[in-house]
Amino acid sequence: MEKILSLKNVSKTFPVGKTLLGKPINFVHAVNNVSFDVYEGETFSIVGESGCGKSTTGRLINHLLTPDSGEIWFKGKDISKLTQDEMRPLRKDMQMIFQDPAGSLNPRMRVCELIEEPLLIHTDLNKEERMKIVNELLGIVGLSAKHAQRYPHEFSGGQKQRIGIARALTVNPSLIIADEPISALDVSIQAQVLNLLHNLQEKYNLTYVFISHDLSVVEMISDRIAVMYLGFVVETAPKDLLYKNPLHPYTEALLSAVPIPDPSHHKERIILEGDIPSTINLPKGCPFAARCSKCKPECLETRPETKEIEPGHFVACHLY
Amino acid sequence: MSNKEQLQNEELQQNNTSFEENYVDENILAESSSKFKLFVKKFMKRKTAVIGFVIIVFLILMAIFGPYLAPQDPTAYDYSNMYARPSAEHWFGTDNYGRDIFSRILAGAPLTLGVALSSVIVGTIIGTILGLLAGYYGGWIEMLVMRGSDVLFSFPDILLAIAIVALLGPGIINVFIAVAVFTVPSIARMMRSATLAVKSSLYVEVAQSLGCKDARILFLHIFPGTTQTLIVNFTMRIGSAIMAASGLSFLGFGANVSDPEWGAMLSQSRSYLGTAPHMLYFPGLVIFVTVLAFNLFGDGLRDTLDPKIK
Repeated sequence: MEKILSLKNVSKTFPVGKTLLGKPINFVHAVNNVSFDVYEGETFSIVGESGCGKSTTGRLINHLLTPDSGEIWFKGKDISKLTQDEMRPLRKDMQMIFQDPAGSLNPRMRVCELIEEPLLIHTDLNKEERMKIVNELLGIVGLSAKHAQRYPHEFSGGQKQRIGIARALTVNPSLIIADEPISALDVSIQAQVLNLLHNLQEKYNLTYVFISHDLSVVEMISDRIAVMYLGFVVETAPKDLLYKNPLHPYTEALLSAVPIPDPSHHKERIILEGDIPSTINLPKGCPFAARCSKCKPECLETRPETKEIEPGHFVACHLY
Repeated sequence: MSNKEQLQNEELQQNNTSFEENYVDENILAESSSKFKLFVKKFMKRKTAVIGFVIIVFLILMAIFGPYLAPQDPTAYDYSNMYARPSAEHWFGTDNYGRDIFSRILAGAPLTLGVALSSVIVGTIIGTILGLLAGYYGGWIEMLVMRGSDVLFSFPDILLAIAIVALLGPGIINVFIAVAVFTVPSIARMMRSATLAVKSSLYVEVAQSLGCKDARILFLHIFPGTTQTLIVNFTMRIGSAIMAASGLSFLGFGANVSDPEWGAMLSQSRSYLGTAPHMLYFPGLVIFVTVLAFNLFGDGLRDTLDPKIK
């Protein structure tokens, strides 16, 4: 399979506070040295708790943010240093679905205007051709042409997310970055939207970068998974390997927190102690060392290198 | 499309229709497809705004046809009939030179409304563009616009207007320029903050992620989000512009004192408050009704433009 997207040592910091002279006092290290590859046609998930940098990673890939260092290769081109103007033609191939379906739709535009917008930007189709595509897409995402004249507030959350999905599909992208696309929805609607995403992937051979904190959803939809903690990718593996054989202690703890719908099932839950370290002053050693039950002296001193333990299974931990 | 896919799609659609049908009113958009029709329909529901609109239309007609409809010559002196109370002959009475107040109000409409409206419109357009650019781009543009506004803000409105007129010389055109100039900073500042608020919303980020150009983001996504604030501020400014233009006229910087101008009439009648209060009441009432009408209309417009309010 071909690599469609590749991140190489990508880092991003945000300035916090300002001195009198306007220089930032501190930096939040949102994404640190992140590397992974995404192959064509697969669903690559990024999981982790709130504030671990997964959404920032999504925005970096989509070039809404530019990385401080590192390279982002998309379809054989390093996009990390492009200007917005240079990036524009590439956006046709890379669309994003956002977490908040209501907020991502301009409340003053009708559904048809919202969905046709990418066509206006990236194609020269006339009004009639655009409307034909819009109506077709509305059908594909499970709405109908009669909804085209309505405003976003007249729809439910699930329907709004469908509109967002339809908009992302208009220009036939090959990569879709889905930033927690279902976490704002009811559980019953979540399943519908997930099914929709799955069907669309089969139909159009889409590649997904799926960002989520919900491990059961990730297990259902992904091919490969990256686990993030404190802006670092701690473990990357195909889904089956990760769920059967989690190597990093953080992944183990995360997986043990997934509820199993069986009252007789007794499970060992790993409760993490302490808080997430500050992202302003990153720990010197392993980012997870302070909360890790298997912490060794060297974990506090040196950052673990990412190692391939079995084919496709990468982990950054001193235990291996 | 293979059979299997078709089935899947149909299944999806069926799943949807069941939960969507019952909560959207099917008739809202079924018939009228034009935006304007919808807008009118929604606006007509707001009674006070309609009243405001009717008064504004009436005022505009008055500004166009008023001078021709005036029953008497608005500048004719009649020393036998000074300070006359309202009567059948002089509906609003006469002033200290015996001039018919009703005729003067009609004749003064184009001057008063014309100067106020045009100066606010011009000032608002400039202020809006500056505010949008300052809010969107930040950096040196923002610094320039905001510090410039601060300088203009440090003068009281009327003093600033006096300074401008003193610089350019008296005359109604210069009053127009002065009022426009002091409208710019408050609109620019207001638009900047409105722009910042809308700019941080997710749909603007989405627009960027779709690949919209700056101009499209600014005018299609950000600007419509600020119109509510803009309209309300615009209508408020008309009131203060009428006052400022009138004040300048009173001070001798604007309209000729003998010209029929509402503000000048108001200021002139100040000395006769004790003896002939009707001289003050009628121009004052007209100004009051004008400002009120614009405010009511502005409020209604704001609600109508908000798609979340039915």
